[in-house]
Formats: sequence, C-alpha cells, structure tokens
Amino acid sequence: MLYGYAGKILKIDLSSGKHSIENTPQKLAEEYLGGRGFVARLLYDMIEPGIDPLGPKNVVVIATGPLSGHLLPGSGKTHFGALSPATGGYGDSNLGGHFGPNLKYAGYDCLILTGAADRLSTLVIDNDKIEIFAEDKLQGRGAIEAEKDLKDRLGEEFQILTIGPAGENRVVYACISHDFGRQAGRTGVAAVLGSKNIKAIAVRGSGNIPVFNPKAAQKKGEEMYKVCFSKPGFKTWTPYGTASITGWANEVGAFPTRNFQTSYADFHHKINGQAIIDRLLVTDKGCFGCPTPCGKYGYTKTAVGSAYVEGPEYESIATLGGSCCLEEIEEVAYANYVCDQLGLDTISAGVVVSFAIECFEKGVLSAEDAGREISFGSLEDVVYLLEKIAAREGIGAILADGVKTAAAAFEGGSEKYAIHVKGLEWSGYECRNAPGMMLSYMTADVGAHHNRSWALGYDVSQSDADVSELIEAGAGGPMEISSPDGKVDHVISMQHSRPLYDTLGICRLQTMEIGFETIHYEEVFELIAGRKITWQEMLFISERIWQLTRQFNVKHIEGFGRSWDYPPERFMEEPVASGPNKGRFIERKILDNMLDEYYEKRGWDENGVPKPETLAYFRLV
Amino acid sequence: MKLKVKEEQCSGCNVCRVVCTLQNFGAVQPSQALLRIKGRFPEPGTYQIAYCNQCGDCADACPEDAIKEKNGEYNIDYDLCTQCLLCVDSCPLEVMVVTEAGYPAKCTGCGKCVKLCPRQAVLADRDARGS
Ligand code: SF4
Ligand code: SF4
Repeated sequence: MLYGYAGKILKIDLSSGKHSIENTPQKLAEEYLGGRGFVARLLYDMIEPGIDPLGPKNVVVIATGPLSGHLLPGSGKTHFGALSPATGGYGDSNLGGHFGPNLKYAGYDCLILTGAADRLSTLVIDNDKIEIFAEDKLQGRGAIEAEKDLKDRLGEEFQILTIGPAGENRVVYACISHDFGRQAGRTGVAAVLGSKNIKAIAVRGSGNIPVFNPKAAQKKGEEMYKVCFSKPGFKTWTPYGTASITGWANEVGAFPTRNFQTSYADFHHKINGQAIIDRLLVTDKGCFGCPTPCGKYGYTKTAVGSAYVEGPEYESIATLGGSCCLEEIEEVAYANYVCDQLGLDTISAGVVVSFAIECFEKGVLSAEDAGREISFGSLEDVVYLLEKIAAREGIGAILADGVKTAAAAFEGGSEKYAIHVKGLEWSGYECRNAPGMMLSYMTADVGAHHNRSWALGYDVSQSDADVSELIEAGAGGPMEISSPDGKVDHVISMQHSRPLYDTLGICRLQTMEIGFETIHYEEVFELIAGRKITWQEMLFISERIWQLTRQFNVKHIEGFGRSWDYPPERFMEEPVASGPNKGRFIERKILDNMLDEYYEKRGWDENGVPKPETLAYFRLV
Repeated sequence: MKLKVKEEQCSGCNVCRVVCTLQNFGAVQPSQALLRIKGRFPEPGTYQIAYCNQCGDCADACPEDAIKEKNGEYNIDYDLCTQCLLCVDSCPLEVMVVTEAGYPAKCTGCGKCVKLCPRQAVLADRDARGS
C-alpha cells in the first residue's frame, strides 16, 4: 500500500470521452515523489517531439503530492503541466486552494488529460463517477463567473477549476482559476485546456487518504501548526501576505517599474500591504491547511469599475502596479480582477501590457496600430489592452502570443523592451544589481519565473534570512554593488529546495516567509508514508527533476541551449534609470562567466545541454 | 467543551475539519467532519461555520433515548443506538454524519478544532456549562 497517496492515477482521453484508472506506480512515487515530479516525468514520457502545444497531442497533467490533503501546514497545493505554448518547452504552474486535496479524497493522486473534446465541456469527477458534459452556456464567460455558476449547479462541496475567455482563445499566458482568486498562472496550461475544449474541471472527494500511523501523524501535524503559531512572522507577516515585501523591494531597487526601465517606484507606499488593509480588505483567505493565509480578499472601487477580488498579491502589484505604473491600490486590484475574470496570468499580462505601452511611447507602435493612444499609469488603457488580448482582437491578436513573439512582429528595436527568458515574461523582481537573482531567472526551466530560485535576499544580504527577517532588517543604507561570487552555488541549491515544495504538494511560504523548519516535513513524511526519506534525499530527487526538465527542453525546442538562457539586452546594456540602483546593469561577460560555472556544476556541456554521464547518474536514460 | 465561533476571523483553511476526522475517526477525511465551512464568494467574501451548538434536537428525535445530555453536551450511547438515523435527519445545522459502519456521529466536544484553528475562529464557549 502506498501510504500518504491516494493510490490511483485517472487518465481521460477527451477525444473518445473514455477514461482509465491505474495504480500509482510505486517506482514513480519513490523516484519522483509527486506533484512537479509526476508532472515532469509523465510529460517527458508521454509527449512526442514536434507536436503543436495547442493541438490534441499535447498532454495536461494535474498532480498532487504525497503531503497534499494531510494535516500539516500548507497542504493544499496542486501542480499543473503541459508542453508550454508560451515557450515551446517544459511548462508547469502551481496553485493552492482546495482542489488537490479533494482530488486525493476522490481517490486520485494525478489526473492526465489527452486528446480534445469536440465542443466546450466541463469534466466532473465525482469520486468514482466521471462525466464530461457540453458547456455551451459558459462559453466566453469569466473564469470567476463560471466557477460560481458551477458551484451553484453542482453543490458547495465541489472544488472547481475554470478557464476564462483568454484560455478559450488560447492566449499563451492564460491561467487556470480556482477558489475565486487562486490561479495556476504561468506557462499557459489554461490555453492548452482551452485547446482541449475544457472550460472547467470539478471534483468532489468524499473518501480518505491512507496514513501509515494516523495517531502519530496527527500528533506531529498538530505540533507543526503550533510551531508555525510560535514564529514571529506568523503575526507580523500574515496580515500583509506577499504584499508585505513591496516596500523592501523598492528600498533595495528591485521593483519593476515602467516596463522595467527602472527598479524603483516613488508611489510604492500607495500600493503595498498596508494599502490593501486600509482600502480593500474584506477577509483573509487561505488555502487548504494554511496557518498563514496570504490571500487578501477585498473590494475595489475605481472610475473604471468596481469588484470583489482576491489580491493583489506581490507579483500582481509588481507587474500591474509597478510595470504598468498604476499608482493606486484600487486600480491595481481592479486590473487584477479583470485579469482574473478574463483568465490571464497577472504576471505575463502586466509585462505584456507594459511592453505594448513602451512600444507606443518609443514610437514602435502608432495609435492606429494600438487602436488608440495608450500610456503608463492609465487603468483605462490597461483594461482596454487586457480585453483586446483575451479576445485576440486588433493589437491583442499579436500581444496574446507574449512579448517575445510580439517583438518579432513589431520589429523597430522592440525586442529591447520585451522582458522575458525563453518566451516567458519576467516576474516581479528587477535584477540589474542582483546577479544571483538574474541567474535564477536565466536558468529557470520554465522561463523567467522567480519560484524556482529566489536569490534576491542573498544578493542583498549575503544571508539565508527568511523574508520577514529581510523586511525587518530593511535595506540598511545605500545599495552596494552585489558581487556574482558564490551566487552560482546558492542558485543551484535554491533550484532544488524551492521546487521540492511543489513536488511534495505543499506551500513553501511557511518556510520562506516565516522560517518554518524543513525537518518537520521529513518527520511527518515518515509517519504518513511509512518510509524514511531525509530532506537531503528529497533534494536529490528535486535535482533529478531539474535535470529532466532541462532535457525536456533539449528534446522539444529546436536548437535549445545557451542562447536561450540570456536575459533581455536591457538588463545587460541599459543602466537603471533611477532609485537605489541607478546607473547599474550587469555586463554580459559577467553573466557568461556565471553561466559557464553553472553549466559545469550542473554537469552540462558549454552549450547548456546535459552530458550523457549526467543523465546516467540521475537514472534518466 | 461547547463551541462558539467568530466567523469574521475564519480564513477557510479547513484545518478544523481535518483534525476533527483524525481525532474522531482516525482518518484524514474532511467530508466526514462534524463541522462545516462554507465560503460565500465572490460576494460578500465571508465564511460561514456550521458547528454543533448542543441544541439537543437529535436527542429529542431519538426513539431509543440513546443521545444523552451531560453538562450541556449531548453524546450518543452506541449500545442503545439502532442506526435509524432519525437524529441525523433532525439536526437543524446538518452537522451530524453517518459513519461507514452506518452509525450516526456528532460533535463530541473534544476541542481539537479550537486548539488548532490558526485564526481563533472556533472557540470554547466559556460561558456555557461544562466547558
Ligand atoms: S501562505 Fe498563501 S499560498 Fe501558502 S498555503 Fe497559505 S494561503 Fe496558500
Ligand atoms: S480552522 Fe479556523 S480558520 Fe480554518 S476553516 Fe476552521 S474555523 Fe476557519
């Protein structure tokens, strides 16, 4: 018996409507744990090279981890993956809420979708009853609206994933929505669901998950919550959630502003965590099992419109607030709401919109091209562009494919303003004085995403301080030049530790933000699963997954290698315009040296391709 | 222990429900929890907590007198229970469940939810008798 797991994998061929159920292979669980590990391995094995990411041959994997759904802090996470339409390579994304735990209670560790339905449909997994029904009524409806409609129809106990019009229209950064404000935002898995004609997936799970030693696991789980309650950050960080880092990001000059032209926004105090509490907050809202609910559910009122909305969390503040220069928290929240309904990833959407505005500002796009004049700081213009993108209308038809593709279409030097790596837009940390964080973005398997390694704290403080400690300490004076020395090792180590949470099916924020110790996960794993595995051994598995996702990119992206690992020219040539890092940038040769060292330490050749002996060592061939 | 709640503090984590089923049934199975959390989203963005307030309707409904009050708390005497489940139907808050073996179950006042709720949204009702 695979304790801790639900024990089954549900595979649905949407073309025929047939499903099959198999046991979760013990070997898969031992070598890849779950979550991100399952996603990476199954996608690697199932997807043929050369296919269209938006065609029926792509595969969507939705996987929980061995710790999902259990009594322990942050056990509500679920991982999603597919061949990414944004990058053409490995794509995955994660969300909290309640879906994953309920998928396990329904009996499944993992859900695999192949083929495509012939019309827009909802997939309902009601324990062992699987149904697919046509969903014409929800066509074109907002993601949140659709979730509400399904909750009313199916019942409160159902946990529901939806896509918005952006997913239906295959915008390559469309997101999957859940629980009225949680999203699997990155890499366009929702566009793949849209291409498979899946508008929604609903699950009801009434069963239990087998636990090796329920009494001891309960005792340990209770202890884990009490440890969280005792951390200073439990009280200081929780009320503000991820937005609490906004001020610090500005103090240290890492806040993307005006499409990353600069890294400091003088209006940052108007769009921070305090502003959310003062002007928006209705309730704190957490994921399943969470002691530190980072969701700040609120109500926003602006001249353009008013809405209930969860967030904005830090990333949305950085991209919609900083990068698009929306200077009031109500405006950031409203743009966030528009993204949520349309089903757009706020990170990519914010960066795409700010890219379009800079293109207009620099004369690359005319008012005729854009459909009207557009400018930074205008909520109306931001909403206009978001709606065009989701509908793939006018300028939106080009912007819907992301900044890399759009820059190739616009020409006129616009690739300079296209802030991405591998075709995935950059998330909320500007790095021209943060070589470790820069390398993190350059080498992240999915493209420019911070969740694989967040080395910014180390760049600034040279320490492993958690986020609440960093905020407490502040910038501590003017910013020194951050040296690249020692950063490669730090990035590599973070690329194993952070994604491990996604592999176990848990939230990393209790550790990263308030300093909850990893030893507890090791101990509870043994009581739940009935086998011992140390954190160190789990990190080795995480490293194996890292090698596999790299090899996935080699397999699927023609000519993949070193040239895919550079940041946009802006970061290597153009000095930061203002703020604490004014005048700084990181020369290409410094990044080249870091890449050389990184590849060598990873066991990759000088072009960044894993060597055969490396693949053999991790048992990947 | 008799419970009371402060719904405005709830964040919907369901920790109370998971610990409830581990404590009472030795299983991780929140669908069987003896309290329920309902999120009201997208509007008005609040949570409702359905919990046993020891009203005693179940005891009144039981034809076998198997549910007895002691210090303000009602408990099921399983030796007397004939599994008719009239009590479950009678619960106005719908916080009783039927176990896999076909027996009714209700809140036992164990207080685990109170101890573990990260938000102090479920509390001991100190004013109540016997808490
Ligand atoms: S910290 Fe935030 S993301 Fe993590 S489990 Fe809690 S609510 Fe979810
Ligand atoms: S444990 Fe507390 S905060 Fe969490 S759902 Fe239950 S009552 Fe709400």
